[in-house]
Amino acid sequence: MPLHLEIVTPEKKIFSDIVTNVYLPGADGEMGILPAHSALVSALAPGELRYEKDGVVTAIAIGSGFAEVTQEKVNILTDMALGDEQIDEAKAEAAMQRAEEQLKTIDHSIDAEEVAHLQAIIAKSMAQLKLKRRPH
Amino acid sequence: MANLRDIRRRIKSVKSTAQITRAMQLVAAAKMKKAQDQAVAGRDYANQLNQVLVNLKSNVEEESHPLLQARSGGKELMLVVSTDKGLCGALNTNLFKKVRSESGTETHYVTVGRKLRAILSKLGKEMLADFEVKDPVPFAEARPISKFLTKQFLEGGYDKISIAFNNFITVMNQEPTVIQLLPISSEQLGEKQEFEGVGNHVDETDKNAALGKDYSFEPSPMEVLDTLLPLYINFQVYQTLVEARASEHSARMVAMKAATDNAKKFIKELTLEYNKARQAAITSELLEITTAMKAME
Repeated sequence: MPLHLEIVTPEKKIFSDIVTNVYLPGADGEMGILPAHSALVSALAPGELRYEKDGVVTAIAIGSGFAEVTQEKVNILTDMALGDEQIDEAKAEAAMQRAEEQLKTIDHSIDAEEVAHLQAIIAKSMAQLKLKRRPH
Repeated sequence: MANLRDIRRRIKSVKSTAQITRAMQLVAAAKMKKAQDQAVAGRDYANQLNQVLVNLKSNVEEESHPLLQARSGGKELMLVVSTDKGLCGALNTNLFKKVRSESGTETHYVTVGRKLRAILSKLGKEMLADFEVKDPVPFAEARPISKFLTKQFLEGGYDKISIAFNNFITVMNQEPTVIQLLPISSEQLGEKQEFEGVGNHVDETDKNAALGKDYSFEPSPMEVLDTLLPLYINFQVYQTLVEARASEHSARMVAMKAATDNAKKFIKELTLEYNKARQAAITSELLEITTAMKAME
C-alpha cells in the first residue's frame, strides 16, 4: 500500500510523492507514520520531518503547522519547509538572535501572542540549525 | 488654422505621454503576472487547510470557540483594501461604492492602501488603523493585520469583522466584494468561497469522504482548533490582499493600455492636421510666387 506525502506552504507546494514512511515532529513528540495509519489530525511543532523513499532518508526542517493523516495520505501544512541545501545557516542564526533580543525587550505579561510568535521563530531557526549541523 | 509649430509641439507632448503610459502598462502586466501566480500558489494550502477544518468541524461543538460564535450586535469593523497609487481606472471608486452600500451606521474602518483611506477620512468616518503592504505581498505582512482584527473582535467590542476588496475575476473584470471574516460562520468553513484563491477546492465528494472518516486529534480537538483558526484567518487576510493586488495591477494595465491607444489615435489625428496645415502653407506660398510672377510679366 502506497503512502502519499504532500507538503504545502502558503507560497507553494514543496513536495508531493509516494514514500515508504514519514516521521513527523508532532506537538506532543515525534510520530512515525507507516502506510495504513489510522486517520489523525495533529498539530506540528517546528522541527525535523524525515521521510524514506527508495531506501534513502531525507530530512526537511519544517515550521509549525498541521499534519492530516489518512490511510494512504499524509498532508503537511506548514509555514516553512526547507531542505538541507536550502537552509542558510547564517540567516537562520541571525533570525534567531533577532527574535531572542526582541523577546528580552517586550513585556511578556502584556503581549502573549507576540511572545508566542517570537518563540516560534526561535524554534523554527533551531530546527533549521539542528538539521544543518547534524553530522552526515 | 493652427500654427505649424504649435501642432508639432502638441504631437511631441502626446508622444511622451504615450511613452509613459506604455511603460506603466508593461510594468503593471509583469506585476500582475506575479500577483496572479501568488494567488494560484496559495490554493494548495487553502485546499488542505479547508479540508482539515471540515474534518475538525464535525468533531467539535460549533459554539465552543469564541471565534465561531455569532453575535447579535450591529457593531462592525471593515477592512478596506484599496490601492496605494491611482491610475487604475474605476477600481477604487467601485470599491468605495460597494463599501458605502454595505456599511451600516455602526461601521468602523481599518484600511490598507492610501486611496480609500483618504476618502474615508475625508468623510469623517471612524478609522481604527492603517496598514501598509509591500508589493508583492509577503505572507508575514498578513499576520499583524489578522492579529489586529482578531483582537478587535475578541476585545474591542466589535460583533462582526468583514473585508472589502476587489476580487480578481479576469484581467478585464474585477469585482468589488465584501466577505465576512469573523465570526467564522459554520457554513463558511469548508464551503466553496466565492473568491478565487480560497475557492474551488473542497468538492462534494471530498467533503463526504472526509466526514466519513473518524479522525483522532493530537493533542486534542480544541487545541488543534485553537491553532488552526488563527491560521485560517491569517490566510484569508493574505488571500484577499493578494487578490486585491492582482486586481490593482490588471486594472492599471487595462487603463494604461486604453490611455496608450488613445494617445496613439490622438497622434494620428494631430499628424493629419499638421500635414494639412503644412500643405496649406505650401499652397499659399506657391500662390504667392505665381501671383508675383504674373505681376512681373
